[in-house]
Amino acid sequence: MTPTTDRTHRTVDVLVIGAGPAGLAVAARLAAAGVDRVEVLDREQHAGGVPRHCHHTGFGLRDLRRVMTGPDYARHHIAAAIRAGAVLRTGVTATGWAAPRTVDITGPTGLERITATAVVLATGARERPRSARLVPGTRPAGVLTTGQLQQAVHLHHQSVGRRAVIVGAERVSHSAVDTLRRAGAEVVAMVTDQPRHQTHPACHLGTLLRHGIPLVTDATVAELTGRGRLESVRLRHRDGRTAAVACDTMVFTGDWIPDHELARSAGIALDPGTRGPAADADFRTAAPGVFAVGNLLHPVETADIAALDGRFAAAPVLRHLTGVPWTPGALPVRVEAPLLWVWPNRIAPGGPPPPRGRFTLRTTRFLTRPVLTVVQDGHTLHRGRLPRTAVPNRPFHLPAGWLAGAAAHGGPVHITVD
Amino acid sequence: MTVTTTGDLPDEVHDVAIVGAGVVGTAIARELARYRLRIALVEASDDVGNGTSKANTAILHTGFDATPGTLEARLVREGYQRLIAYAAETGIPLEPLGALLVAWDGEQLAALPALAEKAARNGYDETSVLDADAVYAREPHLGPGALGALEVPGESIICPWTTTLAYATQAVRAGVDLHLNCPAGAITTGGDHHEIATPRGVLRTRHLVNAAGLYSDEINRRLGHEEFTVTPRRGQLIVFDKFARGLVDRILLPVPTALGKGVLVAPTVYGNVMLGPTAEDLDDKTATGSSADGLASLREKGERILPELLAEEVTAVYAGLRAATEHGDYQIHADPGRRYVAVGGIRSTGLTASMAIAAHVVELLTDCGLDPGPEREIEPVRMPTIGEAFPRPYQRADLIAADPAYGTVVCHCERVTRGEIRDALTATVPPASLDGIRRRTRALGGRCQGFFCGAEVRAQFEAATAAQDRTAQDRTEARR
Repeated sequence: MTPTTDRTHRTVDVLVIGAGPAGLAVAARLAAAGVDRVEVLDREQHAGGVPRHCHHTGFGLRDLRRVMTGPDYARHHIAAAIRAGAVLRTGVTATGWAAPRTVDITGPTGLERITATAVVLATGARERPRSARLVPGTRPAGVLTTGQLQQAVHLHHQSVGRRAVIVGAERVSHSAVDTLRRAGAEVVAMVTDQPRHQTHPACHLGTLLRHGIPLVTDATVAELTGRGRLESVRLRHRDGRTAAVACDTMVFTGDWIPDHELARSAGIALDPGTRGPAADADFRTAAPGVFAVGNLLHPVETADIAALDGRFAAAPVLRHLTGVPWTPGALPVRVEAPLLWVWPNRIAPGGPPPPRGRFTLRTTRFLTRPVLTVVQDGHTLHRGRLPRTAVPNRPFHLPAGWLAGAAAHGGPVHITVD
Repeated sequence: MTVTTTGDLPDEVHDVAIVGAGVVGTAIARELARYRLRIALVEASDDVGNGTSKANTAILHTGFDATPGTLEARLVREGYQRLIAYAAETGIPLEPLGALLVAWDGEQLAALPALAEKAARNGYDETSVLDADAVYAREPHLGPGALGALEVPGESIICPWTTTLAYATQAVRAGVDLHLNCPAGAITTGGDHHEIATPRGVLRTRHLVNAAGLYSDEINRRLGHEEFTVTPRRGQLIVFDKFARGLVDRILLPVPTALGKGVLVAPTVYGNVMLGPTAEDLDDKTATGSSADGLASLREKGERILPELLAEEVTAVYAGLRAATEHGDYQIHADPGRRYVAVGGIRSTGLTASMAIAAHVVELLTDCGLDPGPEREIEPVRMPTIGEAFPRPYQRADLIAADPAYGTVVCHCERVTRGEIRDALTATVPPASLDGIRRRTRALGGRCQGFFCGAEVRAQFEAATAAQDRTAQDRTEARR
């Protein structure tokens, strides 16, 4: 057979790539606002994104004002997008860009090329796997991420091991505990390099008291051993002590990185903090007509925050469709260690404030009521103490009142901690 | 056409048995399959190419820096030509990128002319010495401080997994019996044939070829020989994400000096960039783990060679063991009295030399009394396209139109389709594990390492395995 690469060409008004909460929410809003052709693509066989395989409850609090399980939450957003008139297509993959706002697609019906007036990237984030964390040792089976674990147990009803160690002590780590227990595995330890857990105290207490799972703090995974199947892991405490823990399963949780490949292959600059595309408060990237929403921008916030992004992004997308010139905020906002990232990370002084009037930040270590300083070119734009402790792997916020004081043509804005 | 994984071995006397189905053992099996012989290829693990052959630097060497006059120099030179032709015929991913041996200090720079001269003595005349400007013109992302380089245009990158699989597939289709999960135990050599004890019964063969890689010295001793001892030399490698591919166009080799070989940076045929290997002499032939020190030292060296590389995500880390011996050359010996050929000490050049080693071994077997009879044509094989140099199934309208399974991407990071995974599961030499699927299709080998598709690929694998078990059961019942 001679290889052929013929493609069918089409145009749409808005092409949304990724049918998770953010992508579905923006599509629903745009379709409801009367945009004629809103098409949402997802490379998975089923739409819904990560919540599809998160069987715990708690989804929907901030966007729907009620709580439900992940699969119910995914179904809600799928139904809302379809009801509003968006076209939802699954099992199709955006493989690259042929031109600005023109995306190449592979699906079972063949190759396509779709040109859109606006492209919304909603490709989400993934957990860094063991290899990307450079954890030494052998390469046995039984080492996975929460995403893989949840799909194995909830979508495919596959067996997992008997004795598991979880790396991480944040929200998603507790989700991994629940999934492992449902699959009949015993969780023998949770390990975190932080001095304490990073979840809501009640959640952690539940894990500790109900399940008796010990939390090993200030520790990292020094080595995996086992041939064929994982046999044990060696943990190293900050003080140098090491201990071996016998287990046949290890779940690496959290440590999210945006699935930024499509954004990057369009030549869109990444923010050094989030590693997602740099974008302003109107979700605009540097590429004209290309927006980004959800956990592609801020790895990661809860699903309802991602869905709210989608909601907030609808208005700027509509403005773009009416032909308003593409003038995204170009002034970088950067954080310095121990802060990890800030979003939005591009601003336009005098432009729109971030959603809900605040910047979202992450820290790499616990900061007790820290004083945050916002500086541009040596001028302090803001200085204030946070009312509570900033916890790693959880969001904290900085009010955006200082935004008006930033010089549009000045240097980058820096956020530091005393 | 037989591949077995369980059950008793056939009760017959083979003409030739080969112990070890790595790149060398499978190449020998394929070469012998060109004659009407009863051939058994036995392998201790559950897959072909599952030892040293699966974890190397994936480079096809010109042999420019071999020690002139050695057997290795000759076989690498011949094997290089043979494998280029075979790759074109079978679809083994291969890209002739060329290499630069970059000199970072005066000593290394001074060594370049001698290396060019050595290349010429090895019959390779195409090298040239470049000054610093020419080096940076070719590789602008190279770290500061490069003084010059030796350019070796013929050095290439290749897919080591497809190479071994192509040999094995062609051999099996031509009538070779491949027995997996079949480690060789005690060997009794009689006047007429060898008897090799295995957990699956006794394997009988008139001629015996030892291609057991890391364990070739142990098999050799069982035949009463002590020419060499294998000391496993560990090489750890880091594979970076595909965004790193834009940083480097050629293989960046270290200049060998008295202080050691250093590490290389090379693109892979899958579109990634690898950094490594370390070189650690060990005692343990199973120590294929990576170490914190090893990875730290690689990153330190990589930072100097290609500073931007370290900012990219790491896709995979692995370690392989080279079958080093106390000798500077391959250890290929024939014992005509025992109708035995040992193929030991095949170091990192073994992938390149594999086809020439195979031809050499067949000659030695005839010296040992094997009468292969007339040569015959064997059916060519065409391997799946898993390299980036040619359109992959997800990019092909014709394939998708004929079968929509090639339009359904399962592994998103590596863009592997349902059709390709299905094909691998029903191939002549099918995978026995998810790692086996990865080596055949690239599924699970990408940046997410299974976050998105791990459970789905496992489901496909388990469904195929269950279907095969049912078929086997039906056959057993039909026989009753």
